[in-house]
Amino acid sequence: MKFSLTWLKDHLETEATLSQITDCLNAIGLEVEGVEDPAERLAGFTVAKVLTAAKHPDADKLQVLTVDTGAGDPLQVVCGAPNARAGMMGVLGQPGAVVPSNGMELRKSAIRGVESNGMMCSVRELELGDEHDGIIELPDDAPVGHTFADYHGSSPVIDVAITPNRPDCMGVYGIARDLAAAGLGTLKPIAFPAFEASGACPVEIRTDDAEGCPAFYGRVVKGVKNGPSPDWMQQRLASAGQRPISLLVDLTNYVMLAFGRPAHVYDLAKLSGPVVARRAKNGEQVLALNEKTYTLDDSMVVIADDAAVHDIAGIMGGEDSGVCDTTSDVLLEIAYFDPARIGVTGRKLGLASDARTRFERGVDPTFLQDGLDLLTGLITELAGGTASETVQAGAPPSDAKVVPFDTALTAKLGGVDVPDDEQRRILENLGFAVSANWDVTCPLRRNDIEGPADLVEEVVRIHGLDAVQSVALPRIEGVARPTATAAQKLERKLRRAAAGSGLHEAITWSFISQGEADAVGGGHWSLDNPISEDLKVMRPSLLPGLLSAAKRSFDRGAAGLQLFEIGRRYLADGEYPALVAIMVGEAAPRSWQHGKARHFDAYDAKAMCLHLLEAAGAPVQKLQVMGDAGDVYHPGQSATLRLGPKNQIASFGMVHPSLLKSFGIGVPVAALGIHLDAIPAKKAAKGPVSFARPSFTPPALQSVTRDFAFLVPEALPAGDLLRAVKGADKANIVDARVFDHFTGEGVPEGHKSLAIEVTLQPQDKSYKDADLKAIADNVIAAAAKQGAELRG
Amino acid sequence: MTELTAQKQTTLDQIGAATTLDALEEQRVAALGKKGWVSLALKTLGSMSPDERKEVAPAIQAVRGEVAAAIDAKKGELESAALEAQLASETIDLTLPAPDMAKGSVHPVSQVMDELAEIFADLGFAVATGPEIEDDWHNFTALNMDESHPARAMHDTFYFPDAAADGGNPASSSEAVGQKRMLLRTHTSPVQIRSMKEQGAPIRIIAPGRVYRSDSDATHTPMFHQVEGLVIDRDIHLGHLKWTLETFFKAFFEREDITLRLRPSYFPFTEPSVEFDVGYANEGDRRVVGGHGDAPGHDWMELGGSGMVNRRVLEFAGVDPDEYQGFAFGLGIDRIAMLKYGMNDLRAFFDGDPRWLSHYGFSPYDQPTLSAGVGARP
Repeated sequence: MKFSLTWLKDHLETEATLSQITDCLNAIGLEVEGVEDPAERLAGFTVAKVLTAAKHPDADKLQVLTVDTGAGDPLQVVCGAPNARAGMMGVLGQPGAVVPSNGMELRKSAIRGVESNGMMCSVRELELGDEHDGIIELPDDAPVGHTFADYHGSSPVIDVAITPNRPDCMGVYGIARDLAAAGLGTLKPIAFPAFEASGACPVEIRTDDAEGCPAFYGRVVKGVKNGPSPDWMQQRLASAGQRPISLLVDLTNYVMLAFGRPAHVYDLAKLSGPVVARRAKNGEQVLALNEKTYTLDDSMVVIADDAAVHDIAGIMGGEDSGVCDTTSDVLLEIAYFDPARIGVTGRKLGLASDARTRFERGVDPTFLQDGLDLLTGLITELAGGTASETVQAGAPPSDAKVVPFDTALTAKLGGVDVPDDEQRRILENLGFAVSANWDVTCPLRRNDIEGPADLVEEVVRIHGLDAVQSVALPRIEGVARPTATAAQKLERKLRRAAAGSGLHEAITWSFISQGEADAVGGGHWSLDNPISEDLKVMRPSLLPGLLSAAKRSFDRGAAGLQLFEIGRRYLADGEYPALVAIMVGEAAPRSWQHGKARHFDAYDAKAMCLHLLEAAGAPVQKLQVMGDAGDVYHPGQSATLRLGPKNQIASFGMVHPSLLKSFGIGVPVAALGIHLDAIPAKKAAKGPVSFARPSFTPPALQSVTRDFAFLVPEALPAGDLLRAVKGADKANIVDARVFDHFTGEGVPEGHKSLAIEVTLQPQDKSYKDADLKAIADNVIAAAAKQGAELRG
Repeated sequence: MTELTAQKQTTLDQIGAATTLDALEEQRVAALGKKGWVSLALKTLGSMSPDERKEVAPAIQAVRGEVAAAIDAKKGELESAALEAQLASETIDLTLPAPDMAKGSVHPVSQVMDELAEIFADLGFAVATGPEIEDDWHNFTALNMDESHPARAMHDTFYFPDAAADGGNPASSSEAVGQKRMLLRTHTSPVQIRSMKEQGAPIRIIAPGRVYRSDSDATHTPMFHQVEGLVIDRDIHLGHLKWTLETFFKAFFEREDITLRLRPSYFPFTEPSVEFDVGYANEGDRRVVGGHGDAPGHDWMELGGSGMVNRRVLEFAGVDPDEYQGFAFGLGIDRIAMLKYGMNDLRAFFDGDPRWLSHYGFSPYDQPTLSAGVGARP
């Protein structure tokens, strides 16, 4: 909420400076979001008198003026305004001044060959209004040479963020009241313009929805003359960011902004029959003042007459019964609406307004008659007319909340000792009534007060939060205990292992486009109100985000890229932690040592995947490489790692070319995915934690290796043969690895040659020839079961 | 004897002149080999009388020793010369580039989350988590924001389609459906509720994670990271909150001159509610945290919201508000990461640009620890 310092001082008697006021506002919880001093924006603009005006020698529409600036010789200024003429008073911007409307700094220049030393300004150029038909004309008695800001009476504008619990501060007066309670001055009594009410209100007023509209006060003023509002009011409204519309409209806005009290003015000529607050009928329509038509339902309150709905109660008036230039008789409405109902209606209609903001937070129920009298007085004073008596339907809530308060709570909760008499004074200054035994009666405008904790807040914020001293949290004796869970430790290890292996950690959006989600099997959670179509579906996989990043990177000309992300996948039944990595393009660039660049392949993904799983503490030795890694992968170059057929831990391989195409990626991508939640947790032994490992002594005897070359059917996975070989003699074979894989000359069609190096570890005595032969026979026999034949 | 001496001299000269190991070997064979002149001279001892032998033998042995030593010395000399020559021939240009060891990085958000966990672990806080796809009850209602609460409007919430609207259970009341409406959590505060319901009081947790608001401009992204803090115990008050935040910021920024300012504010889930600011100075185009905000050249910067947990929230979470009380706070992780490590564009955090990640990311070996200080210097 914005207001000028001048406006604040209408209600607050104070000697405080602007910075004292803004500091105090911040300290009491009315956060200052900004202060704008128009005088700064108008620096360099002065009141000036046009002495002479002559046609520009080379331009039809320009004039050459001489201007008296009040100091030194008159200046020559070129001006294009049709109303510029000798003898007029205006506003001159001199070189160095910055034009508020466009930020341009004025300079001495030549316009079509004629020197110009500044600019005579229009209303729009100084952002004082929309008018731009000509330059500003000031009255003849305007003081030449005076700064225009001073002459114009510009006052600094304070922008305060009002939290939803403080509707009582949604008017300048309420802010003044809080400042006064904080000791920054004295609250001035409200100046009610006097008027005489004569005769009963000629319009019947009713509320047929006592829950939604408990109170509806009305009054007719006849014989008013609408027109522009006076300058002082326009200036105040402008400081609040409100555009002046017409006197009658401006007056309701003024009362709302000054006192937080929304009101509505109807053109009486456009009403017929009794004016009633009632529930809307389902499907009933109204054209609101914003020129949009709203369809209502029976949860909403409206103000209607015999013919039509004229007001979406508490939110926005109707276009058809609004006041206009020719309005002469008006009906004033001041009502109290149920805050919850207003909120629901506003949300249903998607309609925001200053009135709604106030009503849904709760206006002061004690300020109906006063508000109506204030509005009536201002209307009769400024627009003339004769006011009727008030007509009143229903009554606003009047039960004040009483909170029994223990002043010790201020120290217990707020951590600050405030003497009882100061606590009492603070509460009373804020309008609370405090009994001798500390029953605190809350003012009705403070509907935010729920209990004693709220009173502590009132005391502490006015007393000052700076008085709260830091107090150390009690801590356990000794060294802090570990707190990380197994899942958290797993994630940390994986993250640092991945980064230590050359991958950069990325964080990508949790939401992706529908198309991207569909490309990886479809998403399960689609936002109702996405910020854009690109960020709509909760990702079922981390791959799309990384592929998009890869696409951007390669579009910029990258040659290689390694990225990973640890985050959640959002599936129908919950959120699952995953690590996905992509390795794209060059694994090693072309080099003087190795020649051509080497590109990432599926084995890089496999190596990385196993390395990360090992770092994570997964039982890597027990993992089986199995097929069916899913549609995102190249069907012939991908696999899963499983603990048993149904327990998939990870997948790896080359990404499917169709998927890459849909992301616009033209290079092969190796990828891997690890399901963090599928990695079995290490079983924690019962009892106290033990860090001891199984005992182990390195064997004294040297291990030996034996090579075997097998001829196997081409379709036999090497892993099957390896597993068979390893299992052939578990007491002696500690490792087996393929060191050659060959097809072609010398290998029969449909076969391949696999050469395996087997490592044997003797235990308590060295191998004899017979031992080695027995082991070799076991290996050959086990391999034969897989269809492998020892090559001669 | 004279002959022997002369032969010795000749041999020593030839040893000295040898330039190859082969030439040296020739000399060795000629002198010390089976048929070498030294060996032959030794053989003559057998035919001598004991007295004669006693006289001649030491002399021959001395010659033999002298020659052998000369050969060893020369051999060492020649071998080291040969090695030097070999090494000289093996010289390579080490200014040629070596293969790159791939260098990865940890994202600043992860790094800062680890820093948070480390600092708060020392203060006795565990790290808690909760779902990001949250229900209305945990995100709002249990935090004292019922359906009609105006504060809800400030949250710019992302919603999922209402199950009821899709033909959900028609028997459930509209209120019950409203409570279950799914949304993306707008803050980490629902983790307060979940943690208290699970663990009860007393409790000390932080809950870092992704949160979502329908908001996007230069300084806001629709997804960002927040950390929640919660301490519930018997006598916890605003003074403890202030100390905790001060202590955290001192450890996080590794400076003792952190000044914290509490300002009254409003959050439905705390009462009293305060926002916290820290003092900072502008250095160039960067904000440097430290010092008093009212000091010359300094100002205050809001870093988060906090307060004493509203007793209604405790009730919702199943904690007895007459026995327990405590504080909660929330602050932006991306924000404090930017302040500490000097990034200026939040959007770049989520772009996955390897150039940015290399520059602003962290070495995996910079694991934050208390003993080393949780910050990683460039």
